[in-house]
Amino acid sequence: MAYLDHAATTPMLPDAVDRMAELLGQVGNASSLHATGRRARRIVEESRESVAAALNARPSEVVFTSGGTESDNLAVKGLYWSRREADPRRRRLLVSAVEHHAVLDPALWLAEHDDAQLDLVPVDELGRTTAEALRRAIGKDPEGIAMVSVMWANNEVGTVSFVAGLAEVARSFEIPLHTDAVQAVGALPVDFAASGASALTLSGHKLGGPVGIGALVLGRDVDCSPLLHGGGQERDVRSGTLDVPAIAAFALAVEIAVGEQAKRSELLAGMRDDLIHRVLAVVPDAQLNGDPRSASDARLPGNAHFSFPGCEGDALLMLLDAQGVECSTGSACSAGVARPSHVLIAMGHDDERAKSSLRFTLGHTSTPADVDALVDTIGPAVVRARSAAGK
Amino acid sequence: MKVLAAMSGGVDSAVAAARARDAGHDVTGVHLALSPSPASYREGARGCCSLEDSRDARRAADVIGIPFYVWDVAERFTRDVVDDFVAEYAAGRTPNPCVRCNERIKFSVVLDRALGLGFDAVATGHYARLTDGGLHRAVDAEKDQSYVLAVLRPEQLAAAMFPLGDSRKAEVRDEAARRGLAVADKPDSHDICFIPSGDTSGWLRDRLGDQPGDVLDESGEVLGTHDGAYQFTVGQRRGLALQRPAADGKPRYVLSISPVDRTVTVGPVDRLEVTRIECGTPTWCGEPPSKSTIEALAQVRAHGEPVPCRARVVDGGLVVELLEGISGVAAGQTMVLYDGDRVIGSATIDSAA
Repeated sequence: MAYLDHAATTPMLPDAVDRMAELLGQVGNASSLHATGRRARRIVEESRESVAAALNARPSEVVFTSGGTESDNLAVKGLYWSRREADPRRRRLLVSAVEHHAVLDPALWLAEHDDAQLDLVPVDELGRTTAEALRRAIGKDPEGIAMVSVMWANNEVGTVSFVAGLAEVARSFEIPLHTDAVQAVGALPVDFAASGASALTLSGHKLGGPVGIGALVLGRDVDCSPLLHGGGQERDVRSGTLDVPAIAAFALAVEIAVGEQAKRSELLAGMRDDLIHRVLAVVPDAQLNGDPRSASDARLPGNAHFSFPGCEGDALLMLLDAQGVECSTGSACSAGVARPSHVLIAMGHDDERAKSSLRFTLGHTSTPADVDALVDTIGPAVVRARSAAGK
Repeated sequence: MKVLAAMSGGVDSAVAAARARDAGHDVTGVHLALSPSPASYREGARGCCSLEDSRDARRAADVIGIPFYVWDVAERFTRDVVDDFVAEYAAGRTPNPCVRCNERIKFSVVLDRALGLGFDAVATGHYARLTDGGLHRAVDAEKDQSYVLAVLRPEQLAAAMFPLGDSRKAEVRDEAARRGLAVADKPDSHDICFIPSGDTSGWLRDRLGDQPGDVLDESGEVLGTHDGAYQFTVGQRRGLALQRPAADGKPRYVLSISPVDRTVTVGPVDRLEVTRIECGTPTWCGEPPSKSTIEALAQVRAHGEPVPCRARVVDGGLVVELLEGISGVAAGQTMVLYDGDRVIGSATIDSAA
């Protein structure tokens, strides 16, 4: 079995599994005042400090959530509501056209249900949001903007945006910028303070922690309305009893992933370059999507994303799956129906190129044998998929 | 054999897939997503297909232990089945969308793709038998679906597999329960799948709008008005809303529909009876008949009574002379010819007299 879908989810680190298992049997509500509660709270706070240290944020800026989707929703809706409350003119949401649905859809929902105006910030043909594009988008009506959201690195094509440059633009207009860094943390150097972002999303299961836990790093001075009201945990921004075992395992995974990031990224980028090289050798007319440069400020180290002309991505996926090679077609709806990726469309590609694409992503358990398995199977699969598509 | 099992999420296709697997085939389950997503952004999370049916199919595949995928054939289904359905009604005809779906989607788009991807056959949960190379009625006469498959050509049938043809529906349900398939007691579907409300008339009105016209008797006298001739089908009695009763006091039925001048002609039941039916180009399920006149049984509805007939091909079309009259034959319906239980072929009805 060659698992080439680490961007969907990556295996938990053994140390994180041990930490979580150890804590699952222990009682303790971190909000309780007695000794057991204090013990649980201590684990949460130590975890918070550890996540903050790994990302160069302050502990008080780390808000634990149920994961990437919740963090993105909290940032988009929470910043919109609080900023609009402070000034009712602020109704515009500037969101890059290649955001994950966890950002796009809350923005769209606010536009449909809560009087917001959604403006998609265009990307270049590599999928990157440039400072000039953002400046142009803001420039039209800076006072009317509630918030900006641009992802650190794209989950589909792996393109890395220069968040610090974008945040500087937003900051010059005093507009908060949120960045979805779900794919970036553990894969690229991520420094919250230096980035200038007001809010940053990360998720446990993309970096070796458990599913169902994540965080929104929310600048100390940033006001954000809550989505969940209740016991007032997490700065009153995110109520709900804290999941101590998951938080501890998540924090440990962040610490390890960030600590080993430089070494692992170099290893993965090497393996990924080999993958790209060899796939293009077997299928010479395959098209690499995203930034062709290997550098970590250009492309996520574990990401390779191709279009295979004349093939349907989902047919290719099925053929590879039958050979034990697991990958992904850009995006899938909950019924499992593949649709042309909005990311590739935003990059200026046509439906055909979008529908013929596949994503291969490497992670901490990947080996050269996984790449070999893909290289051995992709050629015949492409021939077969082309004949099925009648091309 | 590598078999692709089309899984709707219902009990029949689930058991068909399980039987194909038990027969030793390498089976892969596929659910066909048929309706397109309504909004560009939502990309189908809501309403892109019945999510519940898709989930039921997936769970059945889990229990059977076969790989499972969803294939998006919405574009072709919309064009070749849904749009065709609307156009046929607009033209005053009465289409059978299940026939069109088998002809153009399941045993065309899906079968071609499956063969291209290296599969040898497509298995479905239809009740019909393939024996001696021919298509036959199912053992369960009540469930028999040979009628909606009669449009398939020999090369399509050669790659089809109907594992339920020898079983009765009750046995299939029992078997599903024994296999631990949660769909064992899921109700049968009767409605047209793309009109979940069951309100075909309202659904058509949403698409075709009001097209008011007159309801006439055979002499041309106006008896009332209607909102759209597409609301009617030949042989229909209810929903006519006539102002005046017939002179003889007997109920009146739709005899013909003329979409060009938007008229619907009604008359007494005995005027519905026809004995000569003219159809378009026939499709033969096996070798084309060798004799110029075929003695056969004719069936014009999915669960209609077969009646003896003599059929022959005239100028490329099929002309069927019934030996006893039948009622309610509308243009657009499918004429299927049987030799006993064996399906000879089919053709789309153009006119009847």
